[in-house]
Amino acid sequence: MDVEILSRIQFAFTIAFHYIYPPLSIGLGLVMVFMEGMYLRTGQEIYQQMTRFWVKIFALIFGIGVATGIVMEFEFGTNWAVYSRYVGDVFGSALAAEGIFAFALESGFLGILIFGWNRVSPRVHFFSTIMVTLGSMFSAIWIVVANSWQQTPTGYHIVGEGMKARAEITDFWAMVFNPSSVERISHVWSGSFLAGAFLVTSVSAWYILKGKYIELSKASFKIALSVAAVTSLLQLFTGHKSADVVAHYQPAKLAAMEGHFDSLKAADLYLFGWVNKKEQTTTGIAIPGGLSYFVHGDIDKPIRGLNSFPENERPGAVNFVFQTYHLMISIGMALIALSLYSVFLWWRGTLFDKRWLLWVFVWAVLLPQIANQVGWYTAEVGRQPWVVYGLLRTSDALSEAVTANQVMFSLIMFTLVYMLLFALFIYLLNKKITHGPYDHHDDEHSPRHMEMAGSFTSEHPTEATPAPRGKDSESI
Amino acid sequence: METFAGIDFPTWWFLVIGAVFTGYAILDGFDLGAGALHLFFNKETSRRTALNAIGPVWDGNEVWLVIGGGALFAGFPEVYASLLSAFYMPFMIFLVALIFRAVSIEFRSKEPMLWWRKMWDISYCLSSGLLAFLLGFILGNVAIGIPLDKDHIYRGDFADFINPYAIMVGITSLSLFMMHGAIYLVMKTEDRLYAKLTIIVRRTTIFFVISFVITSFYTLLYIPHLVDQIHNSPGMFILPVIMVLAIANITRQIAKRKYLLAFLSSAVVISVALIIVSLELYPTIIYSPQTPANSLTVYNSASSSKTLGIMLTVAAIGVPLVAAYTTFVFWTFKGKVKLDETSY
Ligand code: HDD
Ligand code: HEM
Ligand code: HEM
Repeated sequence: MDVEILSRIQFAFTIAFHYIYPPLSIGLGLVMVFMEGMYLRTGQEIYQQMTRFWVKIFALIFGIGVATGIVMEFEFGTNWAVYSRYVGDVFGSALAAEGIFAFALESGFLGILIFGWNRVSPRVHFFSTIMVTLGSMFSAIWIVVANSWQQTPTGYHIVGEGMKARAEITDFWAMVFNPSSVERISHVWSGSFLAGAFLVTSVSAWYILKGKYIELSKASFKIALSVAAVTSLLQLFTGHKSADVVAHYQPAKLAAMEGHFDSLKAADLYLFGWVNKKEQTTTGIAIPGGLSYFVHGDIDKPIRGLNSFPENERPGAVNFVFQTYHLMISIGMALIALSLYSVFLWWRGTLFDKRWLLWVFVWAVLLPQIANQVGWYTAEVGRQPWVVYGLLRTSDALSEAVTANQVMFSLIMFTLVYMLLFALFIYLLNKKITHGPYDHHDDEHSPRHMEMAGSFTSEHPTEATPAPRGKDSESI
Repeated sequence: METFAGIDFPTWWFLVIGAVFTGYAILDGFDLGAGALHLFFNKETSRRTALNAIGPVWDGNEVWLVIGGGALFAGFPEVYASLLSAFYMPFMIFLVALIFRAVSIEFRSKEPMLWWRKMWDISYCLSSGLLAFLLGFILGNVAIGIPLDKDHIYRGDFADFINPYAIMVGITSLSLFMMHGAIYLVMKTEDRLYAKLTIIVRRTTIFFVISFVITSFYTLLYIPHLVDQIHNSPGMFILPVIMVLAIANITRQIAKRKYLLAFLSSAVVISVALIIVSLELYPTIIYSPQTPANSLTVYNSASSSKTLGIMLTVAAIGVPLVAAYTTFVFWTFKGKVKLDETSY
């Protein structure tokens, strides 16, 4: 294998692994802000308990996110030196801004979030929770701005030629607000909120099913469900906006996303299907003329197909892009259905009665994760063969000084280390979840203990006795 | 070329990046040093205390490295690209060590089993020590220079990096951080651990002084381009003098048990060491010994004036903010370490 393919595999692998954690950090951060906000508003101990519990899980996720993120930052220089020279003038400032404005904010206040419970007042602690969440949301801004600039470059000019060519910035704000930034940041944010919200609903649903920590879990579930319901709709909206941008600025990617080859024809909108690249056919269930309608508002207008692009200017893995794109959309629709249906049940007061629904929620944590991954695959693989769209090819962007053996070595090393990290992550997450929201030496406060002691002044009086099924007394 | 206060933009940006990396070395330096000493503590509570002394701050300290990397990328993309691709293997090992340091701190306390804790203790200590060494090792190689061709692409192989000078600088940075970390830990601990650390502080100081002296003589004798500024301009001579005074002051303050002053002095030592190296190199950043014409300087590797101007604005807004909340966090966790239910 050559340096190019190895470097691509390594980059794809390390970023895909990194991207397991950021969405969870961002989304969980937001949910924790609501939890702790509820605590400050109501003063009820239960909200503090749940915030403390989720802060611990947050710390675990965040830690791995940080450890794997630093790899990404240096990988631009180690593996993509030509690319770094080419974009440094433009892209570098976004990365540096990320460090100063975002990472410093989140990592600084993280210490108080995790260790500060007994050191600062509840208000200052709440402030730190907000700062950590804002910091992680800012970091998404800058990195997605950088990536969006690669997708739809604006605000630059090219200086020099051949090996010496590089993009230089002419207009900072045009670079920041390039045509796809706003759409993609909002899409990435809401995707992250979904990831965090569904983690909380998953764990809460599981506790409720097991008859543990019922009151706390129901309250957490409702907070997270509210976030999920709003953001799943936002996700459709922002996704639609992104697709609009793709249609205008990256027609080859759009054609790959829908498996559309023939330029003279109107394009259909597939619900699902299969692309045969050799035969240039796409089979599946489609809304005839749907894509044409979506792009032009007219079901008969033709859309540029893949055939109209030179072979070396269109993505190779058409079926892959098609499948990842459709998987993302299907998941998006499923999440909307799931959260709206649950909100409806909540309104009817029967949310926690359906065990099957709770089981769906237990597993639904995987859906936003998968959608977040395949969303990036669509965006990045669909962009190929360009690393900077229309300007720099991925195959030209490599480091000349690096040999295949070196990349092979680092790739194997990262594979082993990340497999270990992932196994430990799952193990420790599972352990924290089975352990539950109460500390061991908190036992004297824990409801079971109080009940045994016959104390009815417990802070969580109903915790130990599973709530009677049928009517959820607290639902609105 | 655009200037601000009489200094041109590339030079300003060189100063900013130098300041960020110095900040990193001072802040993460004590974390790495504390980590490298970890296995010298035997009791469980000692190890936990040492770990929690850096617990709330190490992550924020590490961000200075991230900022420095981003700043280098933005300001001197040529240097960022050439340096990182040339040092591919050392950086990959560096990254993996960073991962292990981070997760060891994170995972250690999550299980009570002895073997579990021991395993993460070892991994924490080795990765911290390795990082402290590698920082110096890479600095040493940058100081003597690496062969570049006319497109600023590294022409050499991995074995070239493994030379006695770089190894010696690596050992010096390890010893410097160990001393720095030990002084930090003394300030944060009490009772028996404190007593033990007062001894460790002395030993690491001796270790540092010895390696410092060897490295200095080595540089004077064999790496002439690193000392000609000091030879040629008497004004520069003040720097080594400050350095020696600061080192002397460390030993003095340690003897008087004024550890905060000792800590500040060792921060001065770190800063002056980096200032000397940068001034000796400037305006070159990456020196190419065989063909000096191919060297990367602040001028032939910088981004456009426009970008540098934007970035200077960003830095002017961002750095005070970062300094403000860094101070706030350190202030929140000031004083001796107290273990509670939120500790590692
Ligand atoms: C949607 C958001 C997002 C995306 C697309 C990325 N990251 Fe990330 N990154 C974060 C969101 C994030 C975060 C939420 O801010 C992190 C993740 C874990 C964490 O929990 O903080 C983080 C951590 C993190 C760190 C460590 C920061 C620290 O020390 O505190 C670095 C250096 C990077 N990332 C760099 C990158 C690079 C170079 C990326 C692309 C190639 C990248 N990230 C993609
Ligand atoms: C800025 C944030 C970026 C994010 C979040 C991101 C994300 C992704 C994702 C999710 C994938 C697909 C992973 C997979 O196929 O397993 C990918 C692929 C890839 N990315 Fe990016 N990327 C980013 C920036 C970059 C940059 C700066 C480069 C520059 C070199 C780059 C080059 C690549 C390459 C070469 C692939 C492999 C594509 C293929 O194999 O077809 N990406 N990226
Ligand atoms: C509901 C319907 C959805 C639509 C119509 C949609 C649409 C899109 C489009 C068109 C892109 C490509 C943008 C580009 O290449 O520049 C994209 C990317 C992406 N999608 Fe979706 N999406 C949907 C649901 C989701 C869901 C549910 C998630 C995750 C929870 C998600 C996560 C992502 C991510 C992480 C990316 C890559 C970043 C980006 O390019 O914005 N999407 N989406």
